[in-house]
Amino acid sequence: MNTMPTMTIPNFSLSPRIDQVGIEERASRFTKRSIKTAAKIEGLNLVLSMIDLTTLEGKDTAGKVKQLCYKAMHLNDAYEGLPNVAAICVYPTLVKVAKNALKGSGINVAAVATAFPSGQAPKSVKIADTKFAVRQGADEIDMVISRGKFLNGDYNFVFDEIAEIKEACGEAHLKVILETGELNTLDNVRRASDIAMHAGADFIKTSTGKISPAATLPVTLVMLEAIRDYYYKTGKMIGMKPAGGIAKAKLALHYLVMVKETMGDAWMTPAWFRFGASSLANDVLMQLTKQKTGNYQSLNYFSLD
Amino acid sequence: MPTTTKKAKPKEGSHRGSAQSSANRLNVQKTYKLFIGGKFPRTESGRYYTLKSAEGEQLGNICRASRKDFRESVLAARAAFKGWSAKSAFNRSQILYRLAEMLEGRQAQFIDELTMQGSTKVAAQKEVIAAVDRLVYYAGWCDKYQQIFSAVNPVASSHFNFSVLEPTGVVVIVAPEENSLIGLVTTAASAIAGGNTSIILASESKPLCAVSFAEVINTSDVPGGVINILTGKLSELIGHFTTHMDVNSIVYCGDDRAMIKKIKSDSTSNLKRPVFRTAINWLSAEAETPYFISDMQETKTTWHPIGI
Amino acid sequence: MKTKRKAAVKANKTNSSNGSMVDISLKFDEGWSYSPAPESTDHVSIKERYGLFIGGKFVKPALGKYFATINPATEKKISEVANASSADVDKAVKAARKAFGPWSSLPARERGKYVYRISRMMQEKARELAVIESMDGGKAIREARDIDIPLAAAHFFYYAGWADKLDYAFPNKKPTPLGVAGQIIPWNFPLLMAAWKIAPAIAAGNTVVLKSAETTPLTSMKLAEIIQEAGLPDGVVNIITGAGDTGAALVNHPDIDKIAFTGSTGVGKIIQNAIAGTDKKVTLELGGKAANIILDDAPLDQAVEGIINGIYFNQGHVCCAGSRLFVQEDVADTVIRKLKDRMQTLIVGDPLDKNTDIGAINSKEQLATINRYIKIGKNEGADFYQSKCKIPNKGYWCPPTLFLNVSQSHRIAQEEIFGPVLAVQTFRTVDEVIEKANNTPYGLSAGIWTDKGSKIFNITAKLNAGVIWANTYNKFDPTSPFGGYKESGFGREGGLPGLQAYLNLG
Repeated sequence: MNTMPTMTIPNFSLSPRIDQVGIEERASRFTKRSIKTAAKIEGLNLVLSMIDLTTLEGKDTAGKVKQLCYKAMHLNDAYEGLPNVAAICVYPTLVKVAKNALKGSGINVAAVATAFPSGQAPKSVKIADTKFAVRQGADEIDMVISRGKFLNGDYNFVFDEIAEIKEACGEAHLKVILETGELNTLDNVRRASDIAMHAGADFIKTSTGKISPAATLPVTLVMLEAIRDYYYKTGKMIGMKPAGGIAKAKLALHYLVMVKETMGDAWMTPAWFRFGASSLANDVLMQLTKQKTGNYQSLNYFSLD
Repeated sequence: MPTTTKKAKPKEGSHRGSAQSSANRLNVQKTYKLFIGGKFPRTESGRYYTLKSAEGEQLGNICRASRKDFRESVLAARAAFKGWSAKSAFNRSQILYRLAEMLEGRQAQFIDELTMQGSTKVAAQKEVIAAVDRLVYYAGWCDKYQQIFSAVNPVASSHFNFSVLEPTGVVVIVAPEENSLIGLVTTAASAIAGGNTSIILASESKPLCAVSFAEVINTSDVPGGVINILTGKLSELIGHFTTHMDVNSIVYCGDDRAMIKKIKSDSTSNLKRPVFRTAINWLSAEAETPYFISDMQETKTTWHPIGI
Repeated sequence: MKTKRKAAVKANKTNSSNGSMVDISLKFDEGWSYSPAPESTDHVSIKERYGLFIGGKFVKPALGKYFATINPATEKKISEVANASSADVDKAVKAARKAFGPWSSLPARERGKYVYRISRMMQEKARELAVIESMDGGKAIREARDIDIPLAAAHFFYYAGWADKLDYAFPNKKPTPLGVAGQIIPWNFPLLMAAWKIAPAIAAGNTVVLKSAETTPLTSMKLAEIIQEAGLPDGVVNIITGAGDTGAALVNHPDIDKIAFTGSTGVGKIIQNAIAGTDKKVTLELGGKAANIILDDAPLDQAVEGIINGIYFNQGHVCCAGSRLFVQEDVADTVIRKLKDRMQTLIVGDPLDKNTDIGAINSKEQLATINRYIKIGKNEGADFYQSKCKIPNKGYWCPPTLFLNVSQSHRIAQEEIFGPVLAVQTFRTVDEVIEKANNTPYGLSAGIWTDKGSKIFNITAKLNAGVIWANTYNKFDPTSPFGGYKESGFGREGGLPGLQAYLNLG
C-alpha cells in the first residue's frame, strides 16, 4: 500500500445515490444479450474457471470437503480441456483438509472467517478467526462486515474493522462480504462497497448465501459500478464476487455480460471476478455437454459432490 | 358654456347625470385609453376612431391601437406570465373574486356605458350583473379545474406518472363584438383563471366598457400585464396577432369564416393554438364551463421511478 | 510461497505500479465477444406485393403504380406496395364514410370488443410483426420485440376499454365521434404510430384512413391483415401506402373530419395551412430538441443510461430524443467519461441480431441528413467523438456520436437531427439550465436527473415540455399522454387527452 498515492478517506454518507428502477432496467438489459455458439462455450468455460466451489454447512466434514476438492480438480473427466474452478470455499477449520486435497492443482482455498455468517462476535475473536484461517493455509479470506453497526451509521467502526482484518490477512487476499440482503437499499450497498474498498478489500462480495435475497444482478451491478468508480479514482482494481442464488449457467452468462459491459475485458478473469456457488458448476457442465453433443442433458450424468 | 359635443353624454336619470348638480358645470369627459402593463397609455400611433351611438351621437374618441401597442402588450404579458402562472391557485382565485367585488361596486357606470352603446336599460343591468357573477364563477374554478382535468396515469412500469394542466402562456383574445362586457369578462377570466396572461382586443363597435373594465382591473389586485386591453380595428391588427412569435394562443370570439381561416393559417407561424368561440350565448350557462379554461392549457406529463 | 493464479499476480503488478497512474481506462473491444445471434425469419410471411387496404379488402391502386420497400440494413428490396393516387384516397375515404354510420351506432361495447380482438391478435403475431418491423425500418429487433410491438398491442387494449365508457371521460359532456379521420404516420415507429392513431379513433366510434410512411409500409399492411382477420366491419379502418402526394390528397380530401399527423414541424405547418379554411379538426405531433439535464447530485450511472437511452434509442429517430445534454460542470468530466465507456459497449449492426443495440439508419436520405449535421457540427467547432464500432459494408449506418463543448448558438443544438447525434453542453446553476432548456421553439419532452425530490418538482414545473422524464427517459405507456408545447405540435396522444382528440364534446 505504500506505493499508493495519498488519498483522503471520503465521507461515506456522500456515496453516490442509486436509482433502483434505473439499476434494474440496466440489469435486465444484460439478460437480453443472446449468447450463442462459440461465445457460449467460451463464456461457460470462463464461468467454470471463476467458480468458488463452496460448502458452508454446520454439518461439513473432512470427507465432504475432500470430495468437493476432487470435484474441483475433475469437473468432468469425460469432457476434455475443462478449466479448474478458481477456489474452494470452506470454514476455517476445514482449510487444512482442503489445502492438502488440492495440493499442486493451483486451486486456491478460501476461508470464511470473522464469525461467519452473522459477524456477531468481538473484534478480537474475528481477528483470531482470520489469523487461524491464514495459518491453516487459506489463500483468501472471506469476511463479513458488521451490518448492525453499518445500519446504525457507525461507518468508522465498519471501516476500521475491515482494515484490521486486512492486516490480519497478511498475504492472503481479502474478500469483504457486505451481506446485501440485510442492507435493504441499493444506496446502502453502494456505501458499504465504498467503505470496504477504501478500507483495503481486494474483493467485495455480495452475500454469505445464508440470507435471502443473496446475489442479484442489480446488487452486483451497483457493486461493479462502485468498483469502476474506485478504479478511475485510484487506479486500483478491486475484484467482485456475487455469491448465493446463482445456480444456472444462463444466469451466470448474464453476469459475465454484465462484467464485460460494465468493467471491460480486464475484469473477465478469475483474478477479478468470482462466482460463489455450489450447484452452478454442474449446470454449466450440462450446458457445455449439450453444446458439444446437441442433446439436452440429465443431472444423473454429472457427479454430485 | 354647455358641452359642445355629445361625447359620452349620460342619459337622463343615469348615475352620472344625477351627479351633475349644476346645470352650468362643464362636463368632465372621459378619455378612453389603452391598458398595457397596468398603465393607461394613449396609442403610440396617435390614431383614433370616433365612436357614435345608434342615433349618431358621438360617444368618444377611441384609441386605434397599432402593431407597436400590440407589441408592447405582448412584452407586458410575457413579463407578467412567470409571476402570474406561479401564483397559487388560491391566490388567483382571490384576485378574480376581488375583480367581482370591484365590478359590483361600479355597476352603474357599466350600465350607463352599455346603454350608450345601444343596450336597453334592462339588458344592460342584466349583463352587468351577469358579468359580476361570471367573475365569481371563474374565481371559483381557479383551484378546482386542475382536479377535474389532471390525472395519475396507471402506467405498466414501475413509475409514478401524472398529467397536469399548465397555462399555454400569452393569449391574445379577440373579444366578442356583441355582449361587449360579459364576453370580454368571460374570456379574460377564463384565460387568467388558468394562469395565462392576455391581450384582449375589445369589441370594435362597443369598446366603452372594455376600457372601463381596465379601470376595475387596475383597482383590483391583478398584477400589471396579466390583462392588457386594446381598442382598435381587428382587420388591421389580426395579422400581427397571428404572426407574433411570442404569442402562444389566440382566441377568436366571432363567426367570420374568412377570419377563422386566416387565424388558423397564420397561426402556423409558431403553431400558436387557435381557439374559436363561435355562436356562444355569452349570457347563458353555455359560457360557464371549465372547458373554457382547459382549452387554453397544455397537458404536461411527468414520469418518475418508484423505488427505494 | 502461496499459490497464486498467474492472472492475480499480474494484476497485483498493475496495482503496485499505479503510482505512475498511467492509462487508467477500460477496454471493451478485446476478449470475450458475442457470436451472431440472428432472430429467425422463417416464420415470417411477407407478400411480394401489397395492394391498398380499402373497404376491408386489399385492392389494386387505380393507376397500377407500386414502389419498392427496402431493408435499410441490406439495401435489398423486401416487397412492394401500392402508390395510392388521389383516386385511391377518395375511394378509401368513401369506404370510411360508408362505414362510419354503422360503426358509430354499433353498441359501444361491441365496438370495444373488436378493438380488444385486434390487440390480442397483435400479441399472437408479435414476433412476426417485430421481425418485419426490424427488416423494413432497420430498428434493432430487441427494441421492436420488447418495445414497439408490445406497446402497440397495449394501445389497442387500453383504448378498447374506453369505447363503452365515453360518457365518463369528460365531465358534463356527451361525446360523439367526429366522423372520418385521416391519419398520417412517420417511419420511426411504424406499427406503434399506427396503433396510437387507429386505436383511440375507432374506439371512439370514428372510421379512419391511415397512410403509412413511404419507407416503412409493411407492418401497416400486416396490421391490415390482422384487422381483416379480426372481422372488423369493412371500411372502419382503411390503410393506404404512398409518399407525400398521397398524404396531401388525404389532408385535402373534402370529406375528412379530422387530421392526425405525426412528423416534422415543417409538414405539420403545411397541413394546418392546407385545412385552415375547413372545419377539419387537427392534432399535430411534431419535432423536438429535448434537453436532458444532469445535476451533480444525480445517480450518475443511471443518468448515463438515461442519456444513452435518450439519444441512441431507435438510432435517434425519435421526436422526443434527448438530443441536447446538459451536464452540471462539477460532474461533467465524470459523466462524459462514463458516457464514452458506455458508448463503447453499444453494438451497431444487423438489426435482426438480438444483440444489436443500434440498427440501421432508416433510409439513405436520412443518413445523408445526419451526416450533413455531423459535418455542420465539426465546422462549428464542437468536439466530435464517435464510438469505435464495426459497421457492416452494406446498408445505412451511423455510429453513436457525441459533440462536446457545444453552445446554444450551434445549429446542432438547435435543429432536430433525428439521428444518433448528441450535443453536450455544461451549465453551472439550475436557473441557467432551465433557461437554456426552454430556449428552443420546440417543447415536446425533457429529462431531469437529480436525487432531490423538491428540485425535481421545481424544475419539471418550469420546463416547457409536454412530457418530462425525471430520473428516467424515453418511457411510453398507453395511459400516459404524449405531445408537445410550442412548435412540437398540439393535442395529445395516449391517456384520456388522446381520446379527446377523436371526440366532439359539443
